[in-house]
Amino acid sequence: MAWTRKDLVSMQDLEPAEIGDVLDTAESMKEIATREIKKVPTLRGKTVVNLFYEASTRTRTSFEIAGKWLSADVINFSASGSSADKGESFLDTAKNIEAMSPDVVVVRHKAAGGPALLARHLRCAVVNAGDGAHEHPTQALLDLLTIREKKGHLEGLNVTIVGDITHSRVARSNIHGMRKMGMTVTVAGPPTLIPPACQEMGVKVSHRLEEAIAHADVIMMLRLQHERMTGGFIPSLREYSRVWGLSLDRLQHCRPDVLIMHPGPVNRGVEISPEVADSPYSVILDQVTNGVAVRMAVLYLLAGGKAA
Amino acid sequence: MTVREKAEVLDAAGLDRALTRIGHEIVEQAGGADLALVGIKTRGETLADRIAGKIAGIEGKRPAVGALDITLYRDDLGSRAEQPQVRSTEIPFPLKGITVVLVDDVLFTGRTIRAAMDALMDLGRPRVIRLAVLIDRGHRELPIRPDYVGKNLPTSRKETVAVMLTEHDGQDRVVIQEPEENESPAGAQAGREAAAKPRRTLRKGREG
Amino acid sequence: MSLLIKGGRVVDPANEHDAVADVLVVDGRIAKIGRGLKAPEGTEVVAAADKVVCPGLIDIHVHFREPGYEYKETIATGTRAAAAGGFTAVACMANTLPVNDNRSVTDFIMAKARVEGVVRVYPIGAVTRGLKGKELAEMAELAEAGCVAFSDDGQCVMNAEVYRRAMEYALPFGAPLISHAEDENLAHRGAMHEGLVSTELGLLGQPWVAEDVMVARDILLAELTGAHVHIAHISTAGAVRLVREGKARGVRVTAEVTPHHLVLTDDAVREYDPNTKMAPPLRTKRDVEAVLEGLLDGTIDCIATDHAPHALSEKEGEFGECANGVVGLETAVSVLLDRLVRTGRMDLPTLVARLSSGPARLLNLPGGSLAQGAPADITVLDLEREWTVEPSRFRSRSRNTPFAGQTGKGAPVLTIVGGTVVTA
Repeated sequence: MAWTRKDLVSMQDLEPAEIGDVLDTAESMKEIATREIKKVPTLRGKTVVNLFYEASTRTRTSFEIAGKWLSADVINFSASGSSADKGESFLDTAKNIEAMSPDVVVVRHKAAGGPALLARHLRCAVVNAGDGAHEHPTQALLDLLTIREKKGHLEGLNVTIVGDITHSRVARSNIHGMRKMGMTVTVAGPPTLIPPACQEMGVKVSHRLEEAIAHADVIMMLRLQHERMTGGFIPSLREYSRVWGLSLDRLQHCRPDVLIMHPGPVNRGVEISPEVADSPYSVILDQVTNGVAVRMAVLYLLAGGKAA
Repeated sequence: MTVREKAEVLDAAGLDRALTRIGHEIVEQAGGADLALVGIKTRGETLADRIAGKIAGIEGKRPAVGALDITLYRDDLGSRAEQPQVRSTEIPFPLKGITVVLVDDVLFTGRTIRAAMDALMDLGRPRVIRLAVLIDRGHRELPIRPDYVGKNLPTSRKETVAVMLTEHDGQDRVVIQEPEENESPAGAQAGREAAAKPRRTLRKGREG
Repeated sequence: MSLLIKGGRVVDPANEHDAVADVLVVDGRIAKIGRGLKAPEGTEVVAAADKVVCPGLIDIHVHFREPGYEYKETIATGTRAAAAGGFTAVACMANTLPVNDNRSVTDFIMAKARVEGVVRVYPIGAVTRGLKGKELAEMAELAEAGCVAFSDDGQCVMNAEVYRRAMEYALPFGAPLISHAEDENLAHRGAMHEGLVSTELGLLGQPWVAEDVMVARDILLAELTGAHVHIAHISTAGAVRLVREGKARGVRVTAEVTPHHLVLTDDAVREYDPNTKMAPPLRTKRDVEAVLEGLLDGTIDCIATDHAPHALSEKEGEFGECANGVVGLETAVSVLLDRLVRTGRMDLPTLVARLSSGPARLLNLPGGSLAQGAPADITVLDLEREWTVEPSRFRSRSRNTPFAGQTGKGAPVLTIVGGTVVTA
């Protein structure tokens, strides 16, 4: 296998072969979810700590299930209501946890760069479960797995990511991952929500939804956060939804085999209409299933090697 | 690591006859009970398929065939530099109450079979598990014994046994290999570890 | 104190001198510069062959954190850092605690400097009370107490009307207003420069326009009022262009640039090292080229470090949360000698001018020249001295430098203030 890294911090760091390793491993591990006894002994005796500074039930639960199905001991450490509240610094908290000898620390933090800092300072493996607006690598990996499963391949596909790209770690990770796998990426949204120099990341930028999704094989809708309104980026949710929301009649002008994806949680009626979310084009729930498989694969690849 | 062929143990005809005999033995012992073959990836799967074909020829009915990847059950994970590749397990039938015959190409230390049994137990509760191997080369490290053997082959530890099958290697042959003169046993062992790869592996590299 | 500095290359741009000569110091003043000078009785001889002897370097933008933030730096430690870096004089900013917006704080600083400082310290007074940007500070009193300029540095005076009145009010004192040009709203607390790097890192960036908008405003206000406005830590190509055009129009605008803005770009931030976080942030290659060009053609009058010490805990952790600022006194001269002079981008006399006569003239300070009778503030440089930046050995109390571990050639080796050697 190509994977020899101690940590998974960003998609930007990975080679296509490493991404392939994760996807292949995840695919092989999917069948565990179909067993009556969802357990394999692979990570027995390994300890995985979920260090989540930002509330996130979905991602954390996904990592927890992944770890438990692999027989690892999974500990959830939610930093609100903990020493972090009492003013303990991020690095101190992480070092304290390391002193308890975990094998993997999965960290989500609202500040970009946190997991990179931990990866440098901690001996154990570090997985980035989302750092501010920077990256969310396991999300991109599960998105790639889902697309590959449905389309049979990745190279040459056209993907359009729609929404608040500026504040989206999911968008950044996917842009890096998709480009490495030979896909063409277009980002679409109001100019205020497209980050500076975005084109230089190797993507096409569009400010017209219909145009951007017309030839897409995959449309990925991003969640619009309410803070964007108060921040003066868009005038109102109503206008955003009207101009940028994916409705059923907008969908009619897309390819008949288009996939609709969303990292969740979905704001029904804002970025995506309920009919579209529940339509046969949507693979949103497959994304969730694949999330567990991908996280099992990542834990397997990181928790075994003593190469570091 | 460089090896050279020391001797051919089975040619294509010999291999085929061995599988035919194994097929008969399995059928005889099963006595009509519900039977399934589970091949251990990768070459065990191919052999299971062939044996199933033999049994179809004998009984007129082909037994169910599944494939098992034991990577997640290995006892040597975490002590290797790289994680071994995980392949998928496909057992599309219930195991409860069935006679399962595990099929593998070479039986050596027994650790692979131990892992395979653990995997099967996690997947269901077979009535009985039996073991069919093409080659038994000795040097067991665990108390595991095969029920059906193609050929017993005493070997020394530094030798390696390579099972070649048309589907994977373009020909049907079993050979014994030994390391080239200058090669130390440790070097050969390390080479075996490194050679645990799909397709063109010429020898069994799963055991530890 | 009497000294004879023998055989060095004496570079004194203020007096257009660049030749090998001896420098004789008597009773703390420059007595004579010439060849083959004899040392009178009791004169210490300093061998300076193959070294450069220049006027004591002056840094007009440092933060000494005393009173109020002594855990980061004190006047004692800060002046020792200055001396180690080859500086004989510094001007220190008003964002202490309490703010230097009244004479008692100025007096405190000057007294501390007299007793515990090893180089000359010139205080800069606040423009507005408490740096709040609303009411004028008592600038007449501050000037009387010894402040050499006024600045709310650390903050931008956002209200243009207030800043206009400040410029007008300060006119009689002959001291410039030093502008920290940063539109707070456009900068929106961006942690680094807004561009491709900030986009890839997922960090909020502040656009070049946040600086340019205020530089334009300050130049226009200076044009209206006739005041001397000095742009602190200029960093964008656009701002340099605005200053150049302002000067051409006859506006009394001057500017300074930091060593880090002359050699580092926003790529340095890719590792999320908080020691690359400062305001204004590191910019693009294009901006670095533009400020260097501005420094060479005199649009930018001097180099000033914006030495901003912070404790380890304030520069460790999440990038966005860390304090802005890096120390600079102990690395400035070495880095500039290695990265600009040794590479031929800038000649030595120009560098010396931008670090001595330039700043002295801007703030009307004694120094920046080796004229006969001038106070013997002298810096000796060794262009061959090899160095590695080791923050653990800094004289400063703080270690937050973006140059940790870097190596180069060319460093200050002796610092003399009023004829007294102040480096170990």
